[in-house]
Amino acid sequence: MTKRQPLKNQRTEMALFRRRAMVGFALIVVCLLVLCARFFWLQVLQHDKFATRSRENRVHVRVLPPPRGLIYGRHGVLLADNVPAFRLGVVPEQVEDMDAMLKRLGQIVPISKDDLKDFHRQLKQHRAFQEVPLKMQLTEDEIDRFAVNSWRFPGVHVVPYLKRYYPHGAMFAHVIGHVGRISDKDLKEVDAKAYEGTQYYGKSGIEHHYETLLHGQPGYEVDEVNAAQRVVRVLSVHPPTPGKSLYLSLDIHLQKAAVKALHGRAGAVVAIDPRNGEVLAMVSQPSFNPNLFVNGISQHDYSALLENPAKPLVHRALRGGYPPGSTVKPFLGLGGLVMGYRTPEDTVMSTGVFHIPGYSRGYRDDQRWGVGKTDLVKAIAKSVNTYFYKLAYDMGIDNLDKWMSQFGFGKPTGIDLDGEGSGVLPSRAWKRAHRTQPWYIGETVIAGIGQGYWVVTPLQLAHAVATLADRGVPHRPHLLTATQQGVDAPVQELPPVKPGNPIVHNIDNWKVVRKGMLNVVYGTLGSTARGIGDGFPYLIAGKTGTAERYSRNTTAYDTGASHSELAQRHRALFICYTPAKNPQIAVAVIVDHGAWGGSTAGPIARAVLDAWAKEHPAPASSPETAREVAR
Amino acid sequence: MTFAHVMTARGQRMLSRMWHRPRLDMPLLTALALLMAVGLTTLYSAGNEDLALVGGQAARFALGIAAMLVVSHIPPATLRTWTPWLYAASTALLVVVALIGEGAGATRWLDLGIVRFQPSELLKLTMPMMVAWYLHPRPLPPSWKDIAAIGILIGAPAALIADQPDLGTAILVATAGAFGLFLAGMRWWRIGALVGVVAAAMPVGWHFLHDYQRQRVLTFLNPQSDPLGAGWHIIQSKIAVGSGGIFGKGFHQGTQSRLQFLPEHTTDFIFAVYSEEFGLIGAWLLLALYAVIIGRSLWIAMEARDTYSRLLAGSIAMSFFVYVMVNGGMITGILPVVGVPLPLVSYGGTSAVSLLTGFGVLMSIHAHRKMHL
Repeated sequence: MTKRQPLKNQRTEMALFRRRAMVGFALIVVCLLVLCARFFWLQVLQHDKFATRSRENRVHVRVLPPPRGLIYGRHGVLLADNVPAFRLGVVPEQVEDMDAMLKRLGQIVPISKDDLKDFHRQLKQHRAFQEVPLKMQLTEDEIDRFAVNSWRFPGVHVVPYLKRYYPHGAMFAHVIGHVGRISDKDLKEVDAKAYEGTQYYGKSGIEHHYETLLHGQPGYEVDEVNAAQRVVRVLSVHPPTPGKSLYLSLDIHLQKAAVKALHGRAGAVVAIDPRNGEVLAMVSQPSFNPNLFVNGISQHDYSALLENPAKPLVHRALRGGYPPGSTVKPFLGLGGLVMGYRTPEDTVMSTGVFHIPGYSRGYRDDQRWGVGKTDLVKAIAKSVNTYFYKLAYDMGIDNLDKWMSQFGFGKPTGIDLDGEGSGVLPSRAWKRAHRTQPWYIGETVIAGIGQGYWVVTPLQLAHAVATLADRGVPHRPHLLTATQQGVDAPVQELPPVKPGNPIVHNIDNWKVVRKGMLNVVYGTLGSTARGIGDGFPYLIAGKTGTAERYSRNTTAYDTGASHSELAQRHRALFICYTPAKNPQIAVAVIVDHGAWGGSTAGPIARAVLDAWAKEHPAPASSPETAREVAR
Repeated sequence: MTFAHVMTARGQRMLSRMWHRPRLDMPLLTALALLMAVGLTTLYSAGNEDLALVGGQAARFALGIAAMLVVSHIPPATLRTWTPWLYAASTALLVVVALIGEGAGATRWLDLGIVRFQPSELLKLTMPMMVAWYLHPRPLPPSWKDIAAIGILIGAPAALIADQPDLGTAILVATAGAFGLFLAGMRWWRIGALVGVVAAAMPVGWHFLHDYQRQRVLTFLNPQSDPLGAGWHIIQSKIAVGSGGIFGKGFHQGTQSRLQFLPEHTTDFIFAVYSEEFGLIGAWLLLALYAVIIGRSLWIAMEARDTYSRLLAGSIAMSFFVYVMVNGGMITGILPVVGVPLPLVSYGGTSAVSLLTGFGVLMSIHAHRKMHL
């Protein structure tokens, strides 16, 4: 070391070092200033951008789905409820081997293929710590069995939820409809944002029509989340606005009576309050259990319903198309008087067959030899075809079409349900549009007895009867009468439906038709629904209808044919209203396979009226009598 | 008197001398103490008020300060004579690590039973010592021959460290050595030539990088290319820093770290936590504190009377700067993500102890500045 010492010049080396150290320090300061500038850039110039991104990072808005509104019938009877139920939920991150776990779990609680498919679909949409529903609606037995084994299934939980439940099952299945698991298609109909977190969507009936009211508005919870998206802290909560509860005009007693009276036969019953258009009963049979659809119906159950030849899923009262047959006669008869084609005293001679002048084809009465001289009252009471053949012929199809359309035939009634059928009111225009053929005069004649192209829905028919009952004032049929925002809120009545323009101006004309309809029920031998009103506290004005299901190609009369034979080719109809003086209920009954309107459909209508009368006992002092009203 | 008694007496004397005549530079010590206080405070917040974490780090600081006190009493001349042995020993440990070391994905650690430590950490100190030792007797500025010799002294351990793989530490160790050359007055044109050669060799070096190292460089160049993978660190760190604003979100209010958006928030990215909570003002103040420490260290180096002490002190000071710059550049996204802790702030024992030992050397050099060797 000392050897080399002379070679080193300590002084210059020190100076060299100092220069280098100072240059080094200068470079260091420059670098640190660059770093300072970078901090300035990030923390001042770009601060807003990064502050936003920091907030987006940590703040997560969680939607709180609103509880669905309940549905009540008249008298506050609960028709659609939310009941607590339990489901099996899986938190994926807590499960080690999903497939093995599902296999083992399946041995304890049966899990269907549909459930598994749904589960795997949803698994992809959830975060690892979010619960994914595996099996809805556990039975008590299943809950018990899982509970003893739960230690074997970390990450699988029994989770409570609100399930839609229809306590009366099939009885209101068509009119109330049902909810189901919300689908992508459903979301296109509504504001999808409001449905985040919602599990149900109204698929049919009231549930579908008033979906927006029933659903409510979701609330939200602002959460602070960590990088794993786990909620660390709740920053604020905005509770959801619950869906509105709906009060419907449907009366469970009437509904029950109608279902019971139909006794398993296919058909429909609609009862309407003629004073305001409130629908009191709306029955379609056969029906189905709407609760099956709530959590997703199994493929097996669904195909069974679809393949059932009686078509239980079809809402006959709303969409079923039937020939109205003789039930059109009171309406047409009233038209004859109002439009001046007939006076109440005018008569026709019923000979058993009617001929259009200049044509050889005969149009038959029910009775082979006719019933002789017939005025309007008798024509209605005994359902004399000849009177109405001739009346229709005299009015012509255009006037007939114009008149009948005022009762709502041939167009939807506008009830608060979706998918309503519009039926067919025969007219030149309709035929041109749908058959591309000119109108034939014979078609006018059979239109007079509700045959031919005529198609009505039970609802249309009931609406027409209600309009007739209210002395020709139409009220749009409707189900919803009031709403309620939450359980404790006051019930808000809806304003009454504005009545349409009155059809009848001279009440005497109306009284003549009423007399005819009273005679249907209370008239002499040969009246078509004799006995239907026996023992009823009010007078019933009615009309039968027996419509051909197929056009007849024989000239044979029905005399001697058995009931069941006739039922194969007839539809039985009955329309009525009561009390005759101040009508409060109008009913239309159609039985798909019924022998005669009077004997098959009549008693069903009477059963509904009996149920109604129980709630409206007649004042004992002045019961209505036929004589009083008819004379 | 038994041997034990003698030892005890000697030990007591030494301790009493350390206590009564500490060879410490007060300005430097004060700045370091302040820095450690900032470190523990930030760690308390970044670690979600985990007192065990803070306590552990404080214990490591205590250990480091003890090492600093001890080293400050070793005269630079003694240190110099030990230098080749220390260098050889630490390089040998690197070989041992390469053979039997452990660590997740990379073998850096050596388990001695009671302590686990990274031998590469030792090189951060022994490397500049070795360069200073080599240049000390030689006339300066260094010749090409000297430069080549030092190149080998630097290259061998750096290659071993890079192979662990720990590119960050390898670069730090290499720069620590290179600073010796720079401070020794290596001619500018030679520096230029060498830098040119290294730059030209870079594409070749690319092939020797591990996939994850290449990924880090690529991600640094374009963090948005992989926002949830490797780019996550850079993006979240920039959000943390940027969202801090001028005054910061406040102590323990940094959501980026508290909610774990920021990875490695107690170790490599603790500067981002600090910047998020204390803002631009805090960041500038901390950088100023670092500048003070570096400046004071260089001052000590300039005051030293022998080449070994000067070069060693200067290299330690400049290496310290490199840690700050690499870490600060990383968390603000102007440098790639390399695992370099923020000195005396990031959680971690080996780094704190080795840094404080380095400052012990500085203290010793300061204490012996009047002596000619």
